[in-house]
Amino acid sequence: MKLTREEVLHIAHLARIALTEEEITRMSEQLSHLLEHFEVLQQVDTEGVSPTAQSVDLSSVMRGDEIKPSLPQDDVLANAPRREGDCFRVRAVLE
Amino acid sequence: MSNISDVITIHEAHRLLKEKKISSVELTKHYLEHIKKSEPEVKAFTTVTAELALQQAKQADETIAAGKIQSLTGIPIAIKDVICTQGVRTTCSSKMLENFVPPYNAAVMEKLDAAGAVMVGKTNMDEFAMGSSTENSAFFTTHNPWDLGRVPGGSSGGSAVAVAVGEAVCALGSDTGGSIRQPAGFCSVVGMKPTYGRVSRYGLVAFASSLDQIGPLTQDVTDCAIVMNAISGHDKRDSTSVPESVPDYTKSLKPDLKGMKLGIPKEYFVEGMQKGVADTIKVAMKKLEELGAKLEEVSLPHTPYALAVYYIIAPSEASANLARYDGVKYGYSYKGDTMWESMEKTRGNGFGPEVKRRIMLGTYALSAGFYDAWYIKAQKVRTLIRREFDEVFEKYDALVTPTSPTVPFKIGERMDDPLAMYLSDICTLPVNIAGVPGVSIQAGFTDGLPVGMQIIGKNFGEETILKVAYAYEQATDWHKKRAEV
Repeated sequence: MKLTREEVLHIAHLARIALTEEEITRMSEQLSHLLEHFEVLQQVDTEGVSPTAQSVDLSSVMRGDEIKPSLPQDDVLANAPRREGDCFRVRAVLE
Repeated sequence: MSNISDVITIHEAHRLLKEKKISSVELTKHYLEHIKKSEPEVKAFTTVTAELALQQAKQADETIAAGKIQSLTGIPIAIKDVICTQGVRTTCSSKMLENFVPPYNAAVMEKLDAAGAVMVGKTNMDEFAMGSSTENSAFFTTHNPWDLGRVPGGSSGGSAVAVAVGEAVCALGSDTGGSIRQPAGFCSVVGMKPTYGRVSRYGLVAFASSLDQIGPLTQDVTDCAIVMNAISGHDKRDSTSVPESVPDYTKSLKPDLKGMKLGIPKEYFVEGMQKGVADTIKVAMKKLEELGAKLEEVSLPHTPYALAVYYIIAPSEASANLARYDGVKYGYSYKGDTMWESMEKTRGNGFGPEVKRRIMLGTYALSAGFYDAWYIKAQKVRTLIRREFDEVFEKYDALVTPTSPTVPFKIGERMDDPLAMYLSDICTLPVNIAGVPGVSIQAGFTDGLPVGMQIIGKNFGEETILKVAYAYEQATDWHKKRAEV
């Protein structure tokens, strides 16, 4: 199991993480090493076994559709790196 | 006034507060002084909230004067910096959240506030709770008080150290793969990961949502039960929180193990386990037998796959959870020329190496073409691991294992080898995978370094494992041994 430079760049793109050249090299080595170790999983017979997503026997927990007070807008926006009025300011999405 | 340095546990401090031999303000001042003195050596805190603590202590004294004291009223507590505290910065020991001030309290903070507890500060951790040594903090490394050249374990290393050296009476941590139990074992304190769904995670910064739990780090087992009483219970705001009634955990503290059947899973005594650790646990197991328990070797054959299962599932969930750090709503934000450049550099600069490694690993396991082979496969093996626990708990009341295969390792020793670092959680990971509760208690020492013993119970079996832990503790003196800094 060897992750190539291109594969690392592809994953970094999916994760939206900018990596330095040094990080790309290290990531390729370290992830390859880890995945090699994790290949032991392929030895386990899981024929007919259903996957576990979480460990409690609860499913589709719903809440009532009731109107409740939310946090004040100023509190929510207080940590915003850029704010305009009552909105988060973002970079242009469309060029 | 009695000597405060003798006040080390919640129950002892509570008695003194109740009998008015000491006030919460006096108690809190003592702890704040002690923090000032020990911090240069151990570095357990990211933020010390002295002013707030004294305010809360004053309020607690009024509550006590009004005759309304509860078990945690006026008790100084430290909070892992992954739990949201309204108005107090919550950093996750990450550059990404260095200046983040939550607009609301986590559910556990609401409960502690209602109980009148006094928060003395937020504790250092591995960034976003990813790590086993607290070396992944973006700010500084926390030091093990038993040997300052060694790690305190992680990721709740700051909380474990704060309790171990008496910078706080008790602390809260979070445990996704051993992050409470492993540092508890490394620092010689008690640490419990409750059953998944027992404690609300509302306001816990998410790492791996199917595995994360909040739990206590305390000086002894009685304190563990007291904190569990305070933080457990259903919360509608956490949809994985289980609507199961909360018993009084202190009632299970009876030092008698007659008729109890304890399983010793042989797979936990892994290759590479230090002899001193295995020997210490064997002596502790003898003690449990003397106390009336029947011990038998058991087998959980899928245990060797737990590491791979965990390091596929946890990073996958992390890669989704940490997608929220985009530099728009809060946290570190890089101002690039375009939206994508801003986002990619925000995440590239804001996350440390281990967090990036795990996001990459998880993104890979979830990506097209690999999803079934890695993620679904790991979830299927997770089912097998859970089943094994279910089966073994039909015959046994609890399982007993070492908490870690080694004593605390040296600072720097494993930083360049992620796999070696991950292996230090080999005995604690399966517990999160199955969702069951586990507690680490002080088993003894080898070469002057602490060894933790883990007791694992079935779902919502906290009372049983507390009972085993308490019986061992009452029959030994390890929990009274203090690190001197």
